[in-house]
Amino acid sequence: MSVAFSDAARSELERIRSRYPDREAAILPALHLAQREFGYVSDEAIVYLADLLGFAPARIEGVATFYTMYNRKPVGKYHVQICRNISCSLLGAEHLIEHVSKKLGVRPGETTPDGKFTLTAVECLGSCGTAPVMQVNDDYHESLTEEKIDALLDRLP
Amino acid sequence: METVLTTHFANEQYRHADTYLQFGGYEALRKALAGPRERIVDEVKKANLRGRGGAGFPAGVKWGFLPKDLSRPRVLVINADEGEPGTFKDRQIMGKAPHLLLEGIAIASYAMSIHLSYIYIRGEFIREARIVEEAVAEAYARGFFGKNILGSGFDLEVSVHRGAGAYICGEETSLINSLEGKRGWPRIKPPFPASVGAFGLPTIVNNVETIADVPWIVTHGGEKFAALGVEKNGGTRLIGVSGPVNRPGVYELPAGVLLREIIYTHAGGLKDGRQLKAVIPGGSSTPVLRPDEIDVTYDIESMAKIGTMAGSGGVIVIPEGTCMVRALHVLMNFYAHESCGQCTPCREGTGWLSKIVGRIENGQGREGDLELVLDVCDNMMGRTICPLADAAVMPAQSFLWKFRDEFEYHIKVQKCPFGNKF
Ligand SMILES: Cc1cc2nc3c(=O)[nH]c(=O)nc-3n(C[C@H](O)[C@H](O)[C@H](O)COP(=O)(O)O)c2cc1C
Ligand code: FES
Repeated sequence: MSVAFSDAARSELERIRSRYPDREAAILPALHLAQREFGYVSDEAIVYLADLLGFAPARIEGVATFYTMYNRKPVGKYHVQICRNISCSLLGAEHLIEHVSKKLGVRPGETTPDGKFTLTAVECLGSCGTAPVMQVNDDYHESLTEEKIDALLDRLP
Repeated sequence: METVLTTHFANEQYRHADTYLQFGGYEALRKALAGPRERIVDEVKKANLRGRGGAGFPAGVKWGFLPKDLSRPRVLVINADEGEPGTFKDRQIMGKAPHLLLEGIAIASYAMSIHLSYIYIRGEFIREARIVEEAVAEAYARGFFGKNILGSGFDLEVSVHRGAGAYICGEETSLINSLEGKRGWPRIKPPFPASVGAFGLPTIVNNVETIADVPWIVTHGGEKFAALGVEKNGGTRLIGVSGPVNRPGVYELPAGVLLREIIYTHAGGLKDGRQLKAVIPGGSSTPVLRPDEIDVTYDIESMAKIGTMAGSGGVIVIPEGTCMVRALHVLMNFYAHESCGQCTPCREGTGWLSKIVGRIENGQGREGDLELVLDVCDNMMGRTICPLADAAVMPAQSFLWKFRDEFEYHIKVQKCPFGNKF
């Protein structure tokens, strides 16, 4: 599969590049853009970015694999990320992860067969005062209970 | 009580420039631009403003480390990585009062003759990054950023740089590498960022809260800021309380507040009448305290005297009934997951700590495991490029020292007496 940025994404990348004294600095923002445009950072996307930015693919890949937010594999339409760190754990995060795991029929790290949900247990999301917390795609959901999660996930189209 | 940062947090509109201006916003910048640069640095020194990112380094002193020679451009990088478990305050500043940060950036940049600044925001904070980006655009549109700011002849470019999920990138040299488009591997110091930092240029890295305090200092003067706090700890702090308390959240309090008051008065004490078992007082990396140790004021020196730290201001409340081995296992999994892998003692050590503590929790602890944990700790502490290894060791040692009987009991009966969940 060949990949390419839309015109909008290309001009966004140009804007981004102009903010830095060094062209290398655009790598992280470019990877964010690629993930937004293509859904995940595929091998093709890496080669495409390498070409676009003028670096070896290995250079881009080395960065992409260092950071947890760049998905190197496709994820579900909804990426459900539940915090498992200390403040959330103290307020029942383990039970919530188990609950969602049962509900969706997948273990953390897996995607439902219909491609709708990926479940991941993640580290502190920086929202410990409203624990337990999860992030679904771009959005935080805070002060969670099983009922709240059910209502939320059941509503997603 | 006087507040520096949270005064208008309840006002939903305060994140927009118009409302910020209605409440006197950017007047401090005007005042700063009208005077000499040195005066601002002097006021910040007088303010006893200590870094809010964790280490508590005096901000004015740090600013003084920049080379006197102005021929090389320099950079101000704002640390908005907020990754230390238990810490959730910078998110509040960015979400509710981003212009406080932006005005602070303009003033600090002017004071240090800086014309280029980046706000490094952790990748997960997508909403906050949007709010800050909108605020940056507003600041440009109104002439607080860009060329010839408010007619002063001072230029400043500011942009947001998003992280992508890595706790280590909160460490300032790792953050600089990440800003440069590299893996977030910490750098060996020296050279210190103030001489060779981002893009090879002299660089100052400060936490969001540190810089957001600067407008108030310029408006009211360093002495008044210092007087809000206690000796050597000027101003207020945003203290986040998490865990099963009645009112978890962020509280703006003077450093002279007692840790007991933070938990019982401000956060309303523990839920459902539960008893306190332990407190991690300043983010997950700070040594744990027992309930009989919380009559301590929350300033950097007093906390150090009892062997712990106020760190990044994240108070984690642990109730009676919690298995301390399990709690430590959660923390050790975190550090093992987040070690960047560059230094062997950290890469291997964090992995071993997580494994050994995990097997003790799961009823497979062996005789000698506690000595082994402490031995691994000794081989990590102070032996790595950055302090992530130390950050893992401090909770490990303190949990073992203060709750040793619980670890021993797990090994003796070969199971967790609390059952295998929180
Ligand atoms: C592993 C590690 C993680 C850190 N994470 C953060 C962070 O998320 N935010 C932050 O402001 N400082 C963090 N720091 C501290 C920074 O290295 C640096 O001291 C701080 O940003 C300086 O700003 P300040 O002087 O205003 O506190 C971290 C340090 C270490 C060792
Ligand atoms: S521990 Fe879950 S958000 Fe911080």
